[in-house]
Amino acid sequence: MKHTISVLLQNKPGVLSRVTGLFSGRGFNIESLCVAETLDPNVSCLTVVSRGDEAIIEQITKQLNKLIDVIKVTEMTADKDFVEREMALIRVKAEAHTRAEVLRVIDIFRGKVVDVSAKSYAVEITGTASKIQAVIDILRPIGIKEIIRTGTIAMCRTAKTK
Amino acid sequence: MGKISGAQAIVKCLQEEGVKTIFGYPGGAVLDLYDALMDADITNVLVRHEQGAVHAADGLARVTGEVGVAVLTSGPGATNGVTGIATAYMDSIPLVILTGQVPRPLIGNDAFQEVDIVGITRPCTKHNYLVNNIDDLVPTIREAFHIARTGRPGPVLVDLPKDLQASKMTYPEKKPIHISSYQPNYNPHPVQVEKACRRIMKAMRPVLYVGGGVTLSDASKELTELARKLSIPVTMTLMGLGAFPGTDPLSMGMLGMHGTYTANMAVAESDLLIAVGARFDDRVTGKLAEFAKKAEIIHIDIDPTSISKNVRVDIPIVADCKNALKAINKWFSSESINLEEEAGRHQAWLATIKDWTDKHPLAYKENDTIIKPQYIIETIHRLTKGKAIIATEVGQNQMWTAQFYKFDYPRHFVTSGGLGTMGFGLPAAIGAQMAFPDRTVIDIAGDGSIQMNIQELATARQFKCPVKIAILNNGYLGMVRQWQELFYDRRYSSTTMNVVPDFVELAKAYGAVGLRATQKSEVEPVIKEALATDNLVIMDFKIEQEEGVYPMVPAGKATTEMLLV
Repeated sequence: MKHTISVLLQNKPGVLSRVTGLFSGRGFNIESLCVAETLDPNVSCLTVVSRGDEAIIEQITKQLNKLIDVIKVTEMTADKDFVEREMALIRVKAEAHTRAEVLRVIDIFRGKVVDVSAKSYAVEITGTASKIQAVIDILRPIGIKEIIRTGTIAMCRTAKTK
Repeated sequence: MGKISGAQAIVKCLQEEGVKTIFGYPGGAVLDLYDALMDADITNVLVRHEQGAVHAADGLARVTGEVGVAVLTSGPGATNGVTGIATAYMDSIPLVILTGQVPRPLIGNDAFQEVDIVGITRPCTKHNYLVNNIDDLVPTIREAFHIARTGRPGPVLVDLPKDLQASKMTYPEKKPIHISSYQPNYNPHPVQVEKACRRIMKAMRPVLYVGGGVTLSDASKELTELARKLSIPVTMTLMGLGAFPGTDPLSMGMLGMHGTYTANMAVAESDLLIAVGARFDDRVTGKLAEFAKKAEIIHIDIDPTSISKNVRVDIPIVADCKNALKAINKWFSSESINLEEEAGRHQAWLATIKDWTDKHPLAYKENDTIIKPQYIIETIHRLTKGKAIIATEVGQNQMWTAQFYKFDYPRHFVTSGGLGTMGFGLPAAIGAQMAFPDRTVIDIAGDGSIQMNIQELATARQFKCPVKIAILNNGYLGMVRQWQELFYDRRYSSTTMNVVPDFVELAKAYGAVGLRATQKSEVEPVIKEALATDNLVIMDFKIEQEEGVYPMVPAGKATTEMLLV
């Protein structure tokens, strides 16, 4: 089962290495990883997507918490409401007969064209991982030359009622 | 006060932390530090290999409970220490390792004697630092000590660039340490304590499974009180030996791969396993699916990651062992609990346990002339009245010691459990002797492992450590040979040591005393003479060559499937 885990870390050199070392050392898998500074320049937020059963995810969470530089670990489980986003840059083949189709698809998914050439478009798509996957699936028959993805970031939703 | 150098600040910081003895080996990158150390009121033990320095600091830490300190130079000095650091990490021993590093402008440039020791030791230290700024120097070292000794203890490495050691600075005032992201939980949750106590009340066949955490937490007294008050039988892991008196009638001895028949059977038949400061290591559990199948499990541990890692736990208590046991003892002291009734309920269980011990006690095939290693351990125990500090190497020597030397006191057994590092015993014994110059310290070794850090004989001589080394000499790498005998058709691939030095002559070469026994009758006189000698002594015991450690749970089997003598 896929799990999205958000980790607040001290923003110091080597901390990212500790986290990734922990995952590789213990055989936990990393499907994607995204990390950057937060509002507080001394704190970074790292979002990691991992796959495993309940016991594995429990161990991952506990092992992360054990690291001295880890401030907080939030496991974004299915029952916690959270906003999930990812960005992808996709270079898609755009020959004369498919160019219009590509633009129509991009428009439907509210993407943007960020690079143009005689034979291809590079498009920028933002959304949930499943939306990104949908765009890729639609564009694949047209011809995808390259995909670069950021990895998921996630933020808890606020309570709507008191 | 005036400006001092970084090196002087480091030394002042060590003194502030109460460090009296350090173990190390100088080199280019620590010249400044060693210069400053020369003026300090700290004993600097010069070892003969950096691995020895870390093991010695480890040995001192194990017997005193204080943070052990080692100083290593950059590059090969630091990498030579990695085995020692991993050893301490696996057994949760508080150490601060100070390594020299090349000057800051050269870092990352493949400089002479440069290694990324922080990168290399990231997975085997509790935490580590590279100090980049002179203002961070003292706060980092203070923090290192704090992290090493709090929560679940562990080794912390601080990498110190040479130019930083030479820089001038003002020594900062001491401030309370507060790391927002590191707040270990020492106090047990009262709800969990209540749950655990109520469950203990219902148990018909309880077992206390005790590990190194009890010793690290100095909770022997509380544990012993609980066990005796409620008449609960106790089994110890290798790291837990001594946490509960081995000669107590409630003690079942060590459990696990080479544990006693009684201990393994008791765990298998138990209806309540109370794990205190232990981590359900694979040497203890054997086949996980079969381990303690009939028992509910209470687990007291300061480290949440150890709880339900291998074995599902029913009542977890994240706390310092001492605090948790105190709370449990307090609960059972309340007037409404009838202690006699509690203890009485376990009498049938204790009778079953005694029955197992009567049927399959720890035993070996005795011989009138050939020296049996178990006999050596028994004799050492008798002649030291069970009060010596015993260090071991790793392998059969270690297992026989764990089985046949009944440890009654904590912090008397110094052994590499988690990593199983051969070559640990001699330097660790030196560390223990430096901590307690007036106590008898014995290193029990095999002819293989003693050679791994044999160079430390010089350290022992230079610093007048009258350690007594007992070599169980069988000309083989014993434990591996045993596995090859049992599972590889007696194909002794690379386990026969055709060339072994004459240890008696070797002792003399180092200015130590060398004694030899080749017959059973010579064993006791040799040990007596060694104990009476005020010098480093090597006792070379030529033992039965193909003796095995039994009981033995073969890999992958349930702990009830023991091979017996």
